[in-house]
Amino acid sequence: MTETVTTTATTPTPHPEFPMARASGCPFDPPPALREQRNGEPVSRVRLWDGSNPWLITRHDQVRALLGDPRISADPTRPGYPHRDAGAKARAETRQTFITMDDPGHARLRRMVTAPFAIKKVEAMRPAIQKIVDDLLDTMLAAPGPVDLVEAFALPLPSLVICELLGVPYDKHDFFQKHTKVLVRRNGDPQEVIAASEALIDYLQGLLADKLAEPGDDILSDLATKRVATGELTAREAAEMGSLLLAAGHETTANMIALGTVALLQHPDQLALLRDSDDPKLIAATVEELLRYLTIVHSGRLRVALEDIEVGGVTLRAGDGVICATDIANRDPELFADPDRLDLTRDARRHVAFGFGVHQCLGQPLARVELQVVYSTLYRRIPTLALAAGVDELRFKHDGVIYGVYELPVTW
Amino acid sequence: MRVKVDQPKCVASGQCVLAAPAVFDQDDDGIVRILVDRPEAAHHEDVKESVAVCPAAAIWVEEEE
Ligand code: SF4
Repeated sequence: MTETVTTTATTPTPHPEFPMARASGCPFDPPPALREQRNGEPVSRVRLWDGSNPWLITRHDQVRALLGDPRISADPTRPGYPHRDAGAKARAETRQTFITMDDPGHARLRRMVTAPFAIKKVEAMRPAIQKIVDDLLDTMLAAPGPVDLVEAFALPLPSLVICELLGVPYDKHDFFQKHTKVLVRRNGDPQEVIAASEALIDYLQGLLADKLAEPGDDILSDLATKRVATGELTAREAAEMGSLLLAAGHETTANMIALGTVALLQHPDQLALLRDSDDPKLIAATVEELLRYLTIVHSGRLRVALEDIEVGGVTLRAGDGVICATDIANRDPELFADPDRLDLTRDARRHVAFGFGVHQCLGQPLARVELQVVYSTLYRRIPTLALAAGVDELRFKHDGVIYGVYELPVTW
Repeated sequence: MRVKVDQPKCVASGQCVLAAPAVFDQDDDGIVRILVDRPEAAHHEDVKESVAVCPAAAIWVEEEE
């Protein structure tokens, strides 16, 4: 039995298990039990794989307030932290990057890599991203259909972009895609998870050494020459940071492209709106709405309370685990009218798909530009794009940290 | 309306620049900079949106007469 930090009087009814299952046949909506939770007791305890009972937070305003609260920690080595599974728990002990640190350590490290993600720098990459998209689509269209959109397009795009930015040779992509996949799978074998994580770090450490000898214009060269050479970071810390950016750049955008395509194809009226418009405002709004509607980070944001915190009449005690369910928060009717409707014309900018607080996604400006280019190009260039399999035949990533589809067969 | 920022709090997410490009910019490291601290009325809504979407509570406004 794992001992849990139970401070308030508990009721005899067992806490619901987390994560909860989505409804069969409904690939886009969050689990119905999660919705019931929000409608009933929006702050309540759940039960995790290890028997611990963290709090689940489901309302948008409360999720935002908590994720922005300095009395809450993202450090998985603290007792009470709600580990996603045994693999994630094991890995947390071997490696600390800024996403798992609190300020001031978090701010110090994060600021070392914020420069390339500033809006103007990312905007300047738009033509290069457009070119990658066009080239990938040329190649895809030259093949006889059906093709797997994930393999032909959704994954190579973000992979090429993040490799370029980091200064990682793209021809190694089989190697790091393989390891990244292990890291984003739920319930992976802990030893396998650590091995994958270490393999990536080793590889990047080698690359950092090369960059020190022969720097280029990329993030790893910057880290090598400005941080490792000066002793500000150890080579391992720099490699951990590189592996975080590499992995984060892969699975997220790729799944937004593939799953977003499934969603749009299932909503032809919305797709038509997008296809017939070249208004950058509608395209930007499309990206925000799909981020809100799909919220592919569906395993919640995990935290632990450092002090007693009062939320919606409930007191979270210091040391209690907290799961902020950003997916159901993004379907909160208090903020988004008719939240289960995909509506590209709504203002969805206050979604929390990138999280909230100091840990909000660092790569979001890049993700936005990539998705804007994709969504404004793909369906216009291939107006006849269609699924080559029934939606019920697709394999959805119910078991992933990031939701999406494993493959997406399409024709045109 | 007077716009205030707290740069040490900023996490360089760029949300403010997207919501109110006439009022906010980022320095070379992505940290928020104010372009005009007393924006025209036409930009007030955008500034309020920036305050709402800033993840780090690094922006706020003080109302003036
Ligand atoms: S939105 Fe907030 S955190 Fe993001 S760049 Fe602007 S001030 Fe900084």
